[in-house]
Amino acid sequence: MSSIDKKHPGLNLGRSDPGAHQDAEEIVFGFWVFLMSDLVLFALLFATFATMIGRTADGPGPQEFFDLKSVAIESALLLISSFTFGYASLAMKYRPEPMKVVRWLGVTLLLGIGFLGFEVHDFVTMAGKGGTPQTSGFLSAFFALVPTHGLHVFAGCIWIVVMIVQTLAYGLARDVKLRILRLGLFWHFLDIVWIAIISVVYLRALA
Amino acid sequence: MKSMMEEEREERRDYLIGLAAAILLTAVPFAAVAFGWFPRGVDYAIIAVAGVLQIVCQFRYFLHIDLSRSKRDDLQLILFSGLICLLMVGGTIWIIFNQYAQM
Repeated sequence: MSSIDKKHPGLNLGRSDPGAHQDAEEIVFGFWVFLMSDLVLFALLFATFATMIGRTADGPGPQEFFDLKSVAIESALLLISSFTFGYASLAMKYRPEPMKVVRWLGVTLLLGIGFLGFEVHDFVTMAGKGGTPQTSGFLSAFFALVPTHGLHVFAGCIWIVVMIVQTLAYGLARDVKLRILRLGLFWHFLDIVWIAIISVVYLRALA
Repeated sequence: MKSMMEEEREERRDYLIGLAAAILLTAVPFAAVAFGWFPRGVDYAIIAVAGVLQIVCQFRYFLHIDLSRSKRDDLQLILFSGLICLLMVGGTIWIIFNQYAQM
């Protein structure tokens, strides 16, 4: 019995809360199935984007629109937010004080909102330069892929707010813990999708 | 049996390794692109390798998925979803570019 009894992806509660750990097996696995279906959705948006690379209809292309510095800041914010969420999960597992969890979730929320702020600013700048979805196939595919991820992050931010409120209201009850476990998977998953976006969409175009 | 303190230390270390890997594997391709040190083909290779490594690291250190036995076959589900994605993405790109070449 040297290794942790793992029942599902993400941080396992294990011995810190055996009851919740037992419930988590089924509940978290179900959510993981949803995430994998979400992965298929993103894969197809990536496929569509790949077929539209260079299809700019003689209009402006990625060089005119993409701002490497802004994308770097967005990446830093999202990557660090994934890490701070990890610390929220650790606090939930090992520390009985709900306020520690709330603080880490709050930091994660601020980073997520910062990411969205930069992203929206990027889109507005693009639109100002004539980069709207109807301009070309390339831009249609771009605006199908990247804002879908942004929308997921936005949903994640709302979910974080809900979990902060629930943690404050109910403390670290079993249901609250199970929801934060699932939110954690969602948040880390979005980080992974973002890695694919910076590699395929931004860095490849600006290389 | 590991004590809870050991378990906590190990899990905290996992997140720190994940963060370090994420910073390194993001900074390298961004730097390569920003400073244009290499020809474009090398940049593409750096972006692809760093991207794949980073995804593996995030699965391992943030989502805690490894090759150890798991009751719920999570890894198999990932591999199956990966296969589906590969077939659909690969198939789409193959067919569309084939069409494009024939036009």
